[in-house]
Amino acid sequence: MKRLFAMLAGLLVTAGAVAQEIAPDTLVRNVSNDVLEIVRKDKDIQSGNTRKAVELADAKVLPHFNFAHMTKLAVGKDWRQANPAQQKILIDEFRSLLVRTYSKALTEYRNQTIDFKPLKMQPADTDVIVRTLVNQPGSKPVQIDYNLEKTDQGWKVYDIIVGGISLVTNYRGSFAQEISAGGIDGLIATLRTKNKSGDVPVAQKQ
Amino acid sequence: MRQLLKRAVLTLAMAALLGGCATTTNKDPLEGFNRTVFAFNEGLDTVLIRPAAKGYETILPSMARTGVINFFGNVADVFIAVNNLLQGKPADAVGDAARFIFNSTFGIFGIFDVASEMGLEKHEEDFGQTFGRWGVGPGAYVVVPVFGPRDVRDTVGLVVDLTVDPVGNVGHVPTRNTLTALRMASDRAALLPADKIIEEAALDKYSYLRDAYLQRRRNLVYDGRPPREPDTD
Repeated sequence: MKRLFAMLAGLLVTAGAVAQEIAPDTLVRNVSNDVLEIVRKDKDIQSGNTRKAVELADAKVLPHFNFAHMTKLAVGKDWRQANPAQQKILIDEFRSLLVRTYSKALTEYRNQTIDFKPLKMQPADTDVIVRTLVNQPGSKPVQIDYNLEKTDQGWKVYDIIVGGISLVTNYRGSFAQEISAGGIDGLIATLRTKNKSGDVPVAQKQ
Repeated sequence: MRQLLKRAVLTLAMAALLGGCATTTNKDPLEGFNRTVFAFNEGLDTVLIRPAAKGYETILPSMARTGVINFFGNVADVFIAVNNLLQGKPADAVGDAARFIFNSTFGIFGIFDVASEMGLEKHEEDFGQTFGRWGVGPGAYVVVPVFGPRDVRDTVGLVVDLTVDPVGNVGHVPTRNTLTALRMASDRAALLPADKIIEEAALDKYSYLRDAYLQRRRNLVYDGRPPREPDTD
């Protein structure tokens, strides 16, 4: 009886561990294919329904991002100037900005397909780059790479590199400009205004 | 007209070189000048180039637009091969030459990109990247009238690109103008989806595009594997 119990416990632990241990390239592949499948069938999103695109992004994509780390990287050396309350606001506002931008990109879907490059990683790696190539009919293919780090909740994305352009590094320039013009509060104000403008609804905060 | 344009671009590069040196603390010493030219380019885009691209997109179906991209891509492969050779990448250069031969023949003057389907990867090289490979640093960021974002090195590279450009060297002027306009419309149309996304993403369009440009050039010089810049922690 005890042995049976121990075996069951062992199985449960393994199952739990396996669920957490989805390899980063498998994760990127599954999520990308999931999202594309949904957008491919959803004419609403393709014709510009950004609210639905935001819901899709929220449900499928955002859980796999480490926004705290991304915001910290984008703000850069001035992150320490911000107090915890400001830091929280920055994370929320940057997250909204990224969700809205990503959702807008989804509405521009026009039959793209993705090639997933093979991932070379060591079992002990905690920081990897997953490389993909997005093919677009009528346009040149675009290289999209994901920087993922291993966390307690599984692999999380902390940077996306589109055509050699790192999201985090690009925003670092913009954020530095805003901070030197108006400090941390100036940056927060600009982000808030930006998120309120435009036709894309602000994502639900979790 | 072309001579004038080339001379203007070269003068601009010289002025940028003398007028501003990019340091690690200031990658955009010519920002005032650049923002002015940027505003001019945006105006030109709104009034002339973007409407032409939208019209082009409306008139030509997707397959035909792919054909146009392939045609000009094929023309470009000749000097992509030259640049790969100059950068000490003979294997890539041979691939580019093979692409040109296959696409021009089986691909019917380059309209069909059969070479990619055969596994011959398309590269992206220009003289700016060649200079970068040779160790020339990028220099200050420059916004060139009409052509848009460059750095000093790539502005000089642009002059060389323009000089050797096969389309630009077509003898028959009306044909040359038609081809140039077609290529411009095709290139701009391919970027139309990006417009909306940049609208959404950018806090300040000028600095967003500048940072994106500088990053992308670095990436291209290193052929997709640039050393990662240190993250401040």
